[in-house]
This record gives sequence, structure tokens and C-alpha cells, in this order.
Amino acid sequence: MPAVSTIITRMGDAATVEMTRDELHRDIVEGSEAAAAKGKVPVLEEREVEYLLEMFSSPSRIWGVERGHEAILTKDGSTNTIYSSRLSSGVCAPLGREAAVRLYETAFAFDTMEVGHTDYSVKPAKFLASLEAMHMELLQHITILPLFYGFMPNLGLYYRPDGPFPNPSDLLPKGRIAEARAAQEEALVSCREDVVWLSKQMIDVAADGINYDTVASTGDADFLATLQACEEITSTTELPVEIGMAAEMVLGFHGELEYDGVRLAGLWPHQQLKLVEKAGASIFGPVVNTNTRKSCAWNVARAVTFVKAVTAEATIPIHPNVGLGVGGVPMFEVAPADMVSRASAAMIEIGKADGL
Amino acid sequence: MGTGDPSGMGMAHALASSMGGIKTTGDLVARMQLKKMRLPEAKRYVAGKLGVSERDLSDSTVMRTVREDLDIGVVTAVPGIAKGLEAKARIAELLDIRINCVERLKQKTGLR
Repeated sequence: MPAVSTIITRMGDAATVEMTRDELHRDIVEGSEAAAAKGKVPVLEEREVEYLLEMFSSPSRIWGVERGHEAILTKDGSTNTIYSSRLSSGVCAPLGREAAVRLYETAFAFDTMEVGHTDYSVKPAKFLASLEAMHMELLQHITILPLFYGFMPNLGLYYRPDGPFPNPSDLLPKGRIAEARAAQEEALVSCREDVVWLSKQMIDVAADGINYDTVASTGDADFLATLQACEEITSTTELPVEIGMAAEMVLGFHGELEYDGVRLAGLWPHQQLKLVEKAGASIFGPVVNTNTRKSCAWNVARAVTFVKAVTAEATIPIHPNVGLGVGGVPMFEVAPADMVSRASAAMIEIGKADGL
Repeated sequence: MGTGDPSGMGMAHALASSMGGIKTTGDLVARMQLKKMRLPEAKRYVAGKLGVSERDLSDSTVMRTVREDLDIGVVTAVPGIAKGLEAKARIAELLDIRINCVERLKQKTGLR
């Protein structure tokens, strides 16, 4: 009896695994069903399952979108991957930010690029605002592509020991719920003020847009601070805002916070979209987390099922996050291009993303 | 897009899916996305303004010549072709949009 042929693919931690075509098909279907069950969104159609099966069955090292289906790249994390250390998957190349941005524009032919502080959080970046503004101003003279200024609201840095407010992570295990909620309500005001202030510093130096990245990394209060800041910036200035999320679901560290009458805790990507649009953002970047114990086929199917539900309802461009450990991309320090290129193409061909 | 080492993440996405920046018209379509246009609408708009097909927008063979003819900047280092702000001033006129740094240049210089 002939042996069943197997396909070499990867798990969500990037480890190589051999699977049969039937096993791949099962994982794609189950990945989509997992997203549908969590988000209460439709599963993938049969032709979409077939596309993913063909893609993951192919021995080709690199996959890509059909000619004419190409989309736009926006890049969170600025040029940190060039000049920073492993904390940003960086290679610490001996280059300054201006040189790195110009490399991304020409040598790498990126569609857009960002200026951002190496730490990338608003709290440390605000002290260097004049330096940040200078880099933006100088780069606007010599580059052609749209240039964002990017940073994370990162509400967590406003809690002790890094910041002045009581830490909800200390209070919640002790059952001090009301104090934990009060701390978050006070901290989000400071965070929002910093986000608005730093954003406005980029107006005079002619930034093309602002990218609030890794939003809701500290839960619903982080998301609320960002939505309120976005609303203020987009309603009082002409600065476009991109909002990229930290995870697929908004964690309810507070649990009762609302924006526009909608409770933020527990929102899934297609539900987050509605509030991001309401806040006036120009681009939304949903996140779907990668499960390292499942195959990449399972993870990509799950991710594009969530993203398809977002793009089906969106009135603004959708750029899902496809970095390490999200969007079907494996969670490993150095990314395997075979799986990154598959997640990339699937997001556009099946997820109908406007960019990444 | 997300974080990852430059060759494994950034370059992989660029080669698999991206429009190609100033090598093609990725920068122009991105500018229309900043105006909240979704991808098909943004591509239609840019193709119409440039007088090319939507498929041509991400074809570097076609767009290398078109960009040079329009003098809106090219990806290789060619002396004499519009650079930086010069190129963006021409792009603002071509796409009929406001570009912040071009508006600032007008303010600072009194040019209109």
C-alpha cells in the first residue's frame, strides 16, 4: 500500500511539521470555525478554504497575491527593525533614522514609513518631542512616500512603579476592585492628554499621519484613552490617524468603560472597527493572535475569518497586523518567509484587506 | 504591518503583497487611503489621475517610465528628476490633494 504523501509546513511557533492534505484541510476548516465561534462571524466559504488548502499544500517557498491585487503596507514600530536591538527584532545596523527611512523608501520600496522613538511608547517619547519633530521635519524635505509619526499609548507605563497611579495589577488580586477602576480612570486621562499633545507636535512639522499602535495593550482603559484622543485629533485637526490593536479581544481590566455607549471589554475586531470609525480614524489595524500549539494553516484560517468580518463592514481601509505572533504569522524571533508570505497573501486574497 | 526581522518580515510582505512604494504607485494609493478611501476606490482614483490601468499601478516596468514622464520621483537615483518636496508638490497637483509639507512650503516661501 503506498504511503500517504505529506506536506511540509509549520506550527504557530514556526517549527516544521509534516501534515497530510486531509489534515491540512481539517485544520483550515477548524481554524475558521474557531474564529466564527469566538467572534460570532461567518465561517470561510468552500472556495476560500480551497484557496488556503492549495496555498499550504504548495511546496513553493514563497507565496504571493495575484498580480493586480497588491495592497498598501503601513509599518508600525518605525525603522526600529533596522537600527534597534532584538527588543524590536532589530539588527542594530549602523544607521540613523533618516538613513533607515530612506532605505525603506528606496531599497525596500515600502508604500509608507514611520518616524518613531526607539522605545515607541508615548510616555518616554513626549520628553523628546522636539527631537522627534526635527526628524519628521527633515525627512519631509527629502522623502516622497507618506510619513506617519508612530507610538503606543501604552497605559501600563502610567502605573507604579513606572508612573504615578496605583497599579491595578496589584489591587485586583486583593479584591480592591473600586480602587483598581479609579486608578485606571485617572491614568487614562493622563495618557489621553499625552497622546493628544504628542500628536499635535507633529502638525507643524507636516506629518502625513499619526499611527497609534499596540492599542488596548493595557485593556479597555487603554482603548478608551486612544479612541478619545483620536476623536479629538481628527475633529480638531486635519491629521489622519491609524489605529492598530494589540490583541484580538479588548481585555476588561476595568470592565465597565464605554465609548459611544458601547462597553469596551470583550470587543472582537469587527466590533472594535465600529468605534474606531466613530472616533474618526482613517485606517484600522485589527489583530488576531497566533496559537503556537496549532498549525499555521489553522492560524491563518482563523485570522482571515476574523479579518473578513471586519473588511465586510468597513468604510475605512483595513490594515491587519501580520507581525510576529499575529495574523497567522508564527511566534518566533526570526520570521520564516514561507509562512509570512502565505499569511500576507491570504489576508489580502481572502481577508480582503486594503493593506497590512 | 507588525514587527519582525527586516528580511523575514518586512521584505517578505513587500514581495508577497505590497504595491511597491515609489517603485510603482504605492505612495500615491497610500495617500488616498489617508483620505479614508478603501483599496479599490483609491486605486481607481489614482489610475484615473495618471491615465493608466489599475493593473499598471503595481507594474514597475510601466510605472518607472510614467513616474519619470510625470516627474514625480523615481526609486533609482537619477540626477535631475524631482526629489522629496519637489516631487510631492507635483503629486499634490496631480492627485488634486493637499499634502501637509507642500502646504507648509507654500506658507514659508509665499509660493502659490
